Amino acid sequence: MSAISDIVTAVRGRQSTVRAQVEAALARAESITEYHALLSLTKERALARADELDGRIATGQDIGLLAGVPFVVKDNYLAFGAPTTAASKILENFNAPIQATVVEKLEAAGAICIGKANLDAFAHGGSTENSAYGVTHNAFDMSKVSGGSSGGSAVVTALDVVPFALGSDTGGSIRQPASFNGVYGIKPTYGMMSRYGVVAMASSTDVMGCFAKSAEDVELIVTIMAGRDDKDMTTLPDYFSPLAKSNSGLRIGIIKETLTDDVDPEVRTVTQNYVETLRAAGHTVDEVSQPLAPLALAMYYIIVPAEVSSNLARYDGVRYGRRAEGAKTLAELYGRSRDEGFVTENKRRIMIGSYVLSSGFFDAYYLQAQKARTLLINSFNDLFSQYDLLLTPTAPTPAFGIGENVDDPVKMYLSDVMTVPASLAGIPALNIPAGTSSTGLPIGVQVMAPMREDAKLLAFARSMEARGE
Amino acid sequence: MSTITNDDVRHLAQLSSLQLTDDEIAHLQVDLANILAYIDQLNELDTSGVEPTYQVTGLENVWRDDVVQVSDADREVLLGLAPDTAGNSVKVPQVL
Repeated sequence: MSAISDIVTAVRGRQSTVRAQVEAALARAESITEYHALLSLTKERALARADELDGRIATGQDIGLLAGVPFVVKDNYLAFGAPTTAASKILENFNAPIQATVVEKLEAAGAICIGKANLDAFAHGGSTENSAYGVTHNAFDMSKVSGGSSGGSAVVTALDVVPFALGSDTGGSIRQPASFNGVYGIKPTYGMMSRYGVVAMASSTDVMGCFAKSAEDVELIVTIMAGRDDKDMTTLPDYFSPLAKSNSGLRIGIIKETLTDDVDPEVRTVTQNYVETLRAAGHTVDEVSQPLAPLALAMYYIIVPAEVSSNLARYDGVRYGRRAEGAKTLAELYGRSRDEGFVTENKRRIMIGSYVLSSGFFDAYYLQAQKARTLLINSFNDLFSQYDLLLTPTAPTPAFGIGENVDDPVKMYLSDVMTVPASLAGIPALNIPAGTSSTGLPIGVQVMAPMREDAKLLAFARSMEARGE
Repeated sequence: MSTITNDDVRHLAQLSSLQLTDDEIAHLQVDLANILAYIDQLNELDTSGVEPTYQVTGLENVWRDDVVQVSDADREVLLGLAPDTAGNSVKVPQVL
């Protein structure tokens, strides 16, 4: 099942070399350019690192748990070897002076970053159509979106370019594209791993995570990424440790508000079939109610734009990034650099954020949303006092058509309706591929666990995978 | 129900340091009005007596030792990222 352990075993056993693995991954990346999943390849650096690692293997050194494993990062991760654009014009030629902590950790374990994946600019979006560099196509149907914002990372994983890819998830940006492309994608507990060196979007919900074809591989990568970082004061003290096996007879709640008539019938059918699979595996599944779940999207689109407007204030065309030409004053330089450097969705979110934080509106929007967030967290705590895990569809539809929702931001936001509750509560959530539509599009289910119970969530996913489900 | 005018959009753009074109303002007025109409539904929720949540894991006041640490990125590299420099400074147009 594990694409990663196959590579590591071959490299450690000297049936293959790191260079051969990296060259093969680069060739696969170059063979799928029509999907527009990658913004850049870090070819020169990747091959140099491969040779260095092969040299160390030749002298008998152990190069780590990910010996020779190529991977891709979403282009909002600061990484060497190619610019970090966040799919925006304002960071068009930004060559990161440092690397993200989690990239450093993976490289220290012997993995090699080979390229940087497309996203919605600054991770604002659910389709990768908001990239300043063009849309990423779905791995199963070129006329459909890849989902987003981590669309490129999901597609390169689905197409086996690399055995795993990194994404970031603020309101569903790993889980929803994972669902649209039929791969596993995890949003860990808030604070489980470092965000240092990743372009910030909304600091109270941003988490790093990964995509892979198996739960086993997700668990392995998460184990290496996890842990406290002195450079990110929001990281939790180390707590993650994989479990040897999952408990049998788990109590699982399926949230009925996520299976209304607004949800695509095929998504509902796949989810109901998954419930039967869970029961056949010996778990108890009950329908539960979370009346606040449908309101979470309104909370999210107040809290997140507020934080976005603050985090994106730093892009001003002064110290780094693209600067507008010919500005006469500093104010004009800021205003024009930002107008030219951001895509429309960035501007929408910055301005909504400015609105909900402005005096006179703060209490009605931002404070109200943060109070509602408390009630949402309380409702999760109540449910988790009776259930080990909670189940929903990951997205209300399979991948939608390219261009279908671009003119209607609210309709686009509705694609996040299943995933934002876990983000606002900070709890771990995983997309598990669960079926396909009649037209062959993947459909996933989302499983959520209590805060810091990431290991239980992954052990559960492994146990279901071992059953062939 | 909130309403938002083109002038409101201009004011928000100014608060956000965005120098928008008139065409953008017209489009954003429609988009922002639709988004605000959607998020307005939250006003129906009774939150009286509820404390807001700003941080979900309960961490507070995370301290580190007040010791200077050497960064991986030196001054030359960081200045090299700036669009315009003069000596060891970043250059900008007239401020006032």
